[in-house]
Amino acid sequence: MVEVLSEPVGGGSYEGSLLEVDDLHVEFRTRAGVAKAVNGVTYSVGAGETLAVLGESGSGKSVTAQTIMGILDMPPGKITGGEIRFRGVDLLKLPEDQRRKIRGEGISMVFQDALSALNPVFPVGWQIAEMFRVHRGASRSDAKKKAIELMDRVRIPAAKDRVNDFPHQFSGGMRQRIMIAMAIALDPEILIADEPTTALDVTVQAQIMGLLADLQRERNMGLILITHDLGVVADVADKIAVMYGGRIVENAPVHDLYRSPAHPYSKGLLESIPRVDMKGQELYAIKGLPPNLLEMPSGCAFHPRCPYRRDNCVTDVPPLYPISGTRGSACHYWREVLDDGSR
Amino acid sequence: MTAPAETILEVRDLVKHFPLTQGILVKRQIGAIKAVDGVSFDLHRGETLGVVGESGCGKSTLAKLLMALERPTSGSVKINGREIANARGGELKRMRRNIQMVMQDPYTSLNPRMTVGDIVGEPFEIHTDVVPKGGRRRKVQELLEVVGLNPDHINRYPHQFSGGQRQRIGIARGLALQPEIIICDEPVSALDVSIQAQVMNLLERLQTEFNLAYIFIAHDLSVVRHISDRVAVMYLGKIVEIGRDSEIYERPTHPYTQALLSAVPVPNPEGRETRERIILQGDPPSPANPPSGCHFRTRCWKAQAICAEQEPLLQIRSGSDHPSACHFAEALDVVNAQ
Repeated sequence: MVEVLSEPVGGGSYEGSLLEVDDLHVEFRTRAGVAKAVNGVTYSVGAGETLAVLGESGSGKSVTAQTIMGILDMPPGKITGGEIRFRGVDLLKLPEDQRRKIRGEGISMVFQDALSALNPVFPVGWQIAEMFRVHRGASRSDAKKKAIELMDRVRIPAAKDRVNDFPHQFSGGMRQRIMIAMAIALDPEILIADEPTTALDVTVQAQIMGLLADLQRERNMGLILITHDLGVVADVADKIAVMYGGRIVENAPVHDLYRSPAHPYSKGLLESIPRVDMKGQELYAIKGLPPNLLEMPSGCAFHPRCPYRRDNCVTDVPPLYPISGTRGSACHYWREVLDDGSR
Repeated sequence: MTAPAETILEVRDLVKHFPLTQGILVKRQIGAIKAVDGVSFDLHRGETLGVVGESGCGKSTLAKLLMALERPTSGSVKINGREIANARGGELKRMRRNIQMVMQDPYTSLNPRMTVGDIVGEPFEIHTDVVPKGGRRRKVQELLEVVGLNPDHINRYPHQFSGGQRQRIGIARGLALQPEIIICDEPVSALDVSIQAQVMNLLERLQTEFNLAYIFIAHDLSVVRHISDRVAVMYLGKIVEIGRDSEIYERPTHPYTQALLSAVPVPNPEGRETRERIILQGDPPSPANPPSGCHFRTRCWKAQAICAEQEPLLQIRSGSDHPSACHFAEALDVVNAQ
């Protein structure tokens, strides 16, 4: 294991996908009981590929990402099963000093709220330069020079003059660019972006998504985009994993999912988008509420809200049925859902 | 959509400048944040006016001015022909009964120490003549039923409800005094996608049932289009374009509207490689120091000398069928617009 990792980045000989999450289980022990946040999540992403993880709050999408990064608070969090393989090596079995090396150089992350993710009492240039000082042992002046280059790369105007400014002196979009600069500083192979544009305005969102796409192309990075926005997903994703109640309920190449969803939840989400030709009519709404993680419904977690529900949905947990080599749906009646198509 | 009904809200040249001061003991005014800078529009009975714009464009300050929570620097707001902007005391209280608000964040806009019954019933405590004391509890239960909550939950606290249910509580509170106008400030943006549609449907049902007029402030353009009859686009304190929803979404004439519409990601991956995008450079300028002439000229690809010298008025021009504040207003088909 150690040998594989000590090889220079990009020198691995592993055959499968760059990053593979395999049957991951995470739970939180709280006073009110055990919250099963992630219940057997499996997905993978390769170099240059964009995987969108779509889900609502509490679906487990961010917890999965935090587990991959190794920044989950434990306790109360606890990984109860599964593997996370990066270049074939299970990260969960590595000692902390090894994981620390992968964080930033192998896998890196951009957070939703840049203002709380940046340290308010240090200049942004110093914070970017920290990556080079800590990971690469660069001198202060070299690190600063590299920080300016990166700020230029993420298109911060007048980077040289702004390197000593503090986070509060930047706008929301500029702060997100600084977060991205930090994340790509060490040329990671996988970038996880957790709702990177949710806090931003639409015109700024378009700028940031464009920047991420450029950087990904330029560096052939694998990108995991965590979002709840069906528009952003349709714009950039190669493949999608839809999460509900801590499980992946559907995975599919992006075009397939939007053309013909194979799970009632993804179908419901797509149908609840307001459309021009539906103006003045009632919107389709998924009835009921997202599940309470402390008291998950029996069988399929979606069954209390599902229009396709039958008796066995209440008792049997549906496995992720393979539909084709690249698609799967965790619905006993996926054939029916698929045949009904989207509106 | 229909022929203009009776105007119930008339806003003319509304201005709100927040002073910027310097000094601790002796405060000197060194400038002003021009949050709302000359806004005019009408709202008709039973109609929905959508207000879109990015953060800092003044849409929330506009809402506060309409509610008389802030006093305008100048300009007028008339509800049913009566001025609210300068009303005081008992008169203001009576006028506010007619215009209510639904807030963005159902997690912070409900007092966690009050029961649902107290929250929804509080308007009756303030306006004591609306419902006699003995009938209030029943009235609150009716309101809960109207917004799709269980009337038996009247003694529960906000934390016992989900986000969507809390937003329903906020809506019930807004309905309590039977207002004619409800201002919805980002009413669904804090909710999960699958819950948004439920709350939108509720708002539409209530509008038909009580003939309400909505001012619907939001940044999600597809949501605004779905619910609005007319849409106003704001940029740096001004309305830059206003018109029927189809006019704004299908034939936008202001470059900012065009950029805004083309920046919205379309929830359909077909043809994404060939889709044309107008990506604006930079951020909106500070409302403390807006550019001269047209406020949008610093980010505009059509800007010429005249844009810096002369402020374009919000009016119908040769290239447009609805008011637009651009010297070079010209309809452009932005395919993206959903």
